[in-house]
Amino acid sequence: MAGKPKLYYFNGRGKMESIRWLLAAAGVEFEEEFLETREQYEKLLQDGSLLFQQVPMVEIDGMKMVQTRAILNYIAAKYNLYGKDLKERALIDMYVGGTDDLMGFILMFPFLSAEDKEKQHAFIVQKATSRYFPAYEKVLKDHGHDFLVGNNFSWADVHLLEAILMVEEKKSDVLSGFPQLQAFKARISSIPTIKKFLEPGSQRKPVPDDKYVETVRRVLCMYYDVKAN
Amino acid sequence: MAAKPKLHYVSERGRMEPIRWLLAAAGIEFDECFMKTKDDLLKLRKDGFLLFQQVPMVEIDGMKMVQTRAILNYIAAKYNLYGKDLKERALIDMYVEGLFDLNELIMTSDYQPADKKEQQLATALDKATNRYFPVFEKVLKDHGQDFLVGNRFSRADVQLLEVLLMAEECKPDILAQFPLLQSFKARISNIPTIKKFLQPGSQRKSPPRQEDVPKIIKIFY
Repeated sequence: MAGKPKLYYFNGRGKMESIRWLLAAAGVEFEEEFLETREQYEKLLQDGSLLFQQVPMVEIDGMKMVQTRAILNYIAAKYNLYGKDLKERALIDMYVGGTDDLMGFILMFPFLSAEDKEKQHAFIVQKATSRYFPAYEKVLKDHGHDFLVGNNFSWADVHLLEAILMVEEKKSDVLSGFPQLQAFKARISSIPTIKKFLEPGSQRKPVPDDKYVETVRRVLCMYYDVKAN
Repeated sequence: MAAKPKLHYVSERGRMEPIRWLLAAAGIEFDECFMKTKDDLLKLRKDGFLLFQQVPMVEIDGMKMVQTRAILNYIAAKYNLYGKDLKERALIDMYVEGLFDLNELIMTSDYQPADKKEQQLATALDKATNRYFPVFEKVLKDHGQDFLVGNRFSRADVQLLEVLLMAEECKPDILAQFPLLQSFKARISNIPTIKKFLQPGSQRKSPPRQEDVPKIIKIFY
């Protein structure tokens, strides 16, 4: 008897956000347990629920899955968002790797000092506009399809939309040189499951704030400084 | 007519090494094209061969693949080293992602500035001993089988062996508390394709020489 997947993480984006996006895009309802205290985290550790002592952790299909990529791979394959064959999977994996790297630069942002934040902001915009967005713009231009891979909606599309929106939060006109991506963004945002996820009241999490950073630091006893790229 | 895969990288381990291991384990011969200067990387970029202007890049089956995980996933699936179903793949993915993290920590410590290097390596070895190795020791203990997943050789076994050996290079007695990992190491090392890769003269790379590190970093930055 399959219950809904249950997500264990902080009440914020972090590494769990891509998982929320993918489940939502697949139309899969999920529950969440938010880590607020060190005690909760230590209990998970003691219960042996966290294979490498880390979150994200997702209870799904009788497994306590950890490692963001493993979880995303599983969900994508289970809900047919991973292409139809090996070659399509290869393309999806390449594209998701790029957006993952780009979102990784943003992931650490809230944990930086004010001075480093300024540097990192410039770094994120520079990488987005000179390395990543041009690659996806070209993919869409070259094949002229609505979706990145195989003329079919896939994980790659979800991940790219997530990345675009995150970068736009840093610089609202960042897509101005990228007409294909602008159209892509509008198109994918109107897919019913995604549209729903983008509405207020969904399980999508807001831009991380100081409270989020404080919670993470407290729960993980992570008081060291995070370096900028 | 399938040409051999062709690997584009520097003649170092870095992020390409797990790919070399997996191809070798699968018994696939491959060619290598080594970047020696920044110009070599710039040329690859200029020719439009690097989707995100980065290496590793592997020419395989008519594709110019980039992104280490994408390449490893493709090779593993193609050569049946990725489990027999979704659930086995989930386990394999969990294990290899954990090993990827540890591999990164150890590997990148060689490229840190002198004042950071020792500390990072110490952190890596501490995590190896207290976070990662106990997990794999327990997995092997709980099912009592020769391989990590599904009683069958998979990429998880290859990547675990790679990391065990990397850790031992840094601390020779690091497996002292892990008897099952010791016998795992011996067992997997004996698989013919792996045994061959472990012999001198194979395409396996060594840790970077200290004096080469600045030059290597210059190629990328």
